Amino acid sequence: MTTNDEKQEVKEGIVKRSLKQMIVPILAIVTALAIGAIIIMVTSGSLAEGAGKVVDGYGGMLYGAFLKPNGLLNTLVATTPLILLGLAVAIPFRTGLFNIGANGQFLIGALVGTIAGIYLPLPPVIHAIVVMACGFLGGALWGFIPGILRARLGAHEVINTIMLNFIAVGIVNYAVREVFRDPNTTSVRTYYIQESAYLMRLSGRFNLGFFIAVLVAILIFYYLFKTTWGFSLRTTGQNPNAAKYAGIRPTWEYVIAMMLGGGLAGLAGIVEVQGLDRFLTEGNTSLGFTAIAVSLLGLNHPLGIIPAAFVFGALRTGGDYLQIRAGLSVHIVAILQALILLFVAAPTIVRWYLDKFKIQVSAGEETTISQGWGG
Amino acid sequence: MNETPVLEARGLTKRFPGVLANDAVDLTLNKGEILALLGENGAGKTTLMNMLYGLYKPDEGEILLNGKPIVMNSPNDAIDAGIGMVHQHFMLVPVMTVTENVMMGDEETRGILSRIPLLGRLDRQEVAQEIEELSNQYGLTINPNDTIKDLPVGIQQRAEIIKALYRKADILILDEPTAVLTPQEVDELFEIIHELTDQGVSIIFITHKLKEVLTNADRIAVLHRGRLVGTTTPDEATEASLAEMMVGRSVILEVPKEASKPGGEVLQVRDLFVSDDRHQPTVNGITLEVREGEILGIAGVQGNGQRELVEGLTGLRHIDSGSVHINGVETTKFRPRHITELGVAHIPEDREKHGLVMSYSIADNFVLNQYYLPPYAKGPMLQQDTIDEHGRELVEKYDVRTPSIVTHAGNLSGGNKQKVIIARELSRDVKLVIANQPTRGVDVGSIEFIHNQIIEQRKNGQAVLLISAELDEIMSLSDRIAVMYEGRIVKTLPAGEATREEIGLLMAGSEA
Repeated sequence: MTTNDEKQEVKEGIVKRSLKQMIVPILAIVTALAIGAIIIMVTSGSLAEGAGKVVDGYGGMLYGAFLKPNGLLNTLVATTPLILLGLAVAIPFRTGLFNIGANGQFLIGALVGTIAGIYLPLPPVIHAIVVMACGFLGGALWGFIPGILRARLGAHEVINTIMLNFIAVGIVNYAVREVFRDPNTTSVRTYYIQESAYLMRLSGRFNLGFFIAVLVAILIFYYLFKTTWGFSLRTTGQNPNAAKYAGIRPTWEYVIAMMLGGGLAGLAGIVEVQGLDRFLTEGNTSLGFTAIAVSLLGLNHPLGIIPAAFVFGALRTGGDYLQIRAGLSVHIVAILQALILLFVAAPTIVRWYLDKFKIQVSAGEETTISQGWGG
Repeated sequence: MNETPVLEARGLTKRFPGVLANDAVDLTLNKGEILALLGENGAGKTTLMNMLYGLYKPDEGEILLNGKPIVMNSPNDAIDAGIGMVHQHFMLVPVMTVTENVMMGDEETRGILSRIPLLGRLDRQEVAQEIEELSNQYGLTINPNDTIKDLPVGIQQRAEIIKALYRKADILILDEPTAVLTPQEVDELFEIIHELTDQGVSIIFITHKLKEVLTNADRIAVLHRGRLVGTTTPDEATEASLAEMMVGRSVILEVPKEASKPGGEVLQVRDLFVSDDRHQPTVNGITLEVREGEILGIAGVQGNGQRELVEGLTGLRHIDSGSVHINGVETTKFRPRHITELGVAHIPEDREKHGLVMSYSIADNFVLNQYYLPPYAKGPMLQQDTIDEHGRELVEKYDVRTPSIVTHAGNLSGGNKQKVIIARELSRDVKLVIANQPTRGVDVGSIEFIHNQIIEQRKNGQAVLLISAELDEIMSLSDRIAVMYEGRIVKTLPAGEATREEIGLLMAGSEA
């Protein structure tokens, strides 16, 4: 038997399939931009004026996100937390859980890590790593709670993660305002973390965090698809009954997935502190919700999440120039984000014009969001 | 017959990417007749029926209704033409009543607003009355005001039939109508079918159960690999000849086996009590043992605690009291993985729910309960090459019909799905095989294969616990037969002494 040829065939099949899978997200983005253009034109005075605004606006976005000095680097800075948070959504999703609590996990991770960054007397490098580990653990704890509640009591993780978001905001605001507040400044923030815990900045705000996020995404890819642990998680997500039959304990997998997801959200939180502000302020974040869109656009695949996070990062950094260049509302960016999400979540719309252009996506290889990538 | 057929298909051809699902199929249905359509899984039966019901458009060929060509673009056209279909999986809304389900999509309304679309009041009474008339006319006993989810499967099926009749169907297509029914419900269904045909309704029913066909059909059409291989009548055909037509080769329906030489006890169950999902005691004190080289068949109508028994034995369900020993080790409180590692193969009742991960490749499904063990894993790292190699070997050895080992399990036909499970479970080094309904919904060719595999296990000295609702299967494979009724074993007897009648009576709960 020519097993080598067959192997080659299998590998080529995987590459082809991956390319096919990417069609829907890419077309979703293109469609969203096209409809965004129509919205801009319709809301303008005249067609010519509208067309001008589209060119200026989208051109401005391109400029802001990529071309202007440090534009690309700023986009990568914005991409960093979205990669980690996207993973924080994707891992539980692959296990059959919806993690709506990335915001809370992000905040608790940032808080725990910041405390370690302020107080632990450790040498450079080691301190930075320990602080990241603390951020991870803080987020993991915040993921553990809904995980164990789901496993032991069957309490739905969506409700619990949402509630834990509010609790996290309360705890972090209290800690920042009352416990770790730096009295030497009027702004409400914690002390600076020690310099030994900083993540090195390479240029402007661009720091090591981006590389850490990419590395983590690659590690998670291996974890999910190349290890027995990942096999257990994915089997649980795809068919909990079959998982049980196969000797896997779904309840246990739920706890692991939520802790791992929460941990990565926590890591996102502390990496922001270590690389950017170097202190923690009060207030909430909505990055955890954007992350749901990132995860979906990335087809809940660790390696798909990297470009997906980049797209949302670019929208965020380019959005300002859409406003400056074309005098358009920043809400156009929100509309674009929503449209992308809509078209990824409802792939039938995109598939309709795939059919029009005779691009074959055969039934067996469909990506339905409700079932994930399929491993 | 000189009469014009009510429905005729001429040269129907349907292609799907890579598959010729139907190849120039001719089919005629005469008024008031029962036409049985036989074929293996994947032979193209459903495709053909979907064309007759307007769900698919034929690539070639034409359909004639009462001698006139008809083009159907949707099931609505088929319904207008008087063609009704009862799908294998019912299309009913469980929380609604029979009446509501029947009128759905074709609602009668009344009141002053009824002339304005969407504003009329639903006229349930009128419809309920019509249902009662239909039910009297054809002997389809049903209460129009019952909620679907409270009804047994057999009655739900009647609701489906009434739904078609209510829409004035005089041609009924029944897709595997007996697959989900108990033996008694099957008898009742055929009474209804005969009543319908007596009154001029024409019926096509799809099945792969040979006995039903021979006792009930007027004519039999057999499909094999998308082609119509022949039309015959029950008088001319025998089970063996039909099976041969279906599979394309001769099939041994009775499995030859040598006398059993039972050895030591492998499975020992003492006074076992298990509850179902609603915490109702369902297994009520079962004691049994299975020896090496022996097949113990458990006969019984479904729902008499068989599922709970198997789940208790395999660690999937908590055991309330009693004990289970496998090879002398007490496993009463063991987890499924421990029990599997002791050398227990489990062929689950519901292959799609428990046995397979549909979105996984065949190769991954082959290692579903061993993926963490060498050689499939080194430490925590999966050895995908070894897993794929193993997949290739099993596909060949167990004759799984699949384009490749990376094909998703969900894309296989029912028989091949079951083969994947059989291959996974029996290719391991096992001591005890627990097979629950191993051939349900599987075509004749695969049944033969699966039976041979089970006999092979017995020959190799494994103990086999076989649970089946198919009396024939129990009778032909078992060395001893235990009959289960309401969570108890009412009697255990050697297969040689058992008769169909006695077992049938015991299954129905009468102390024979």
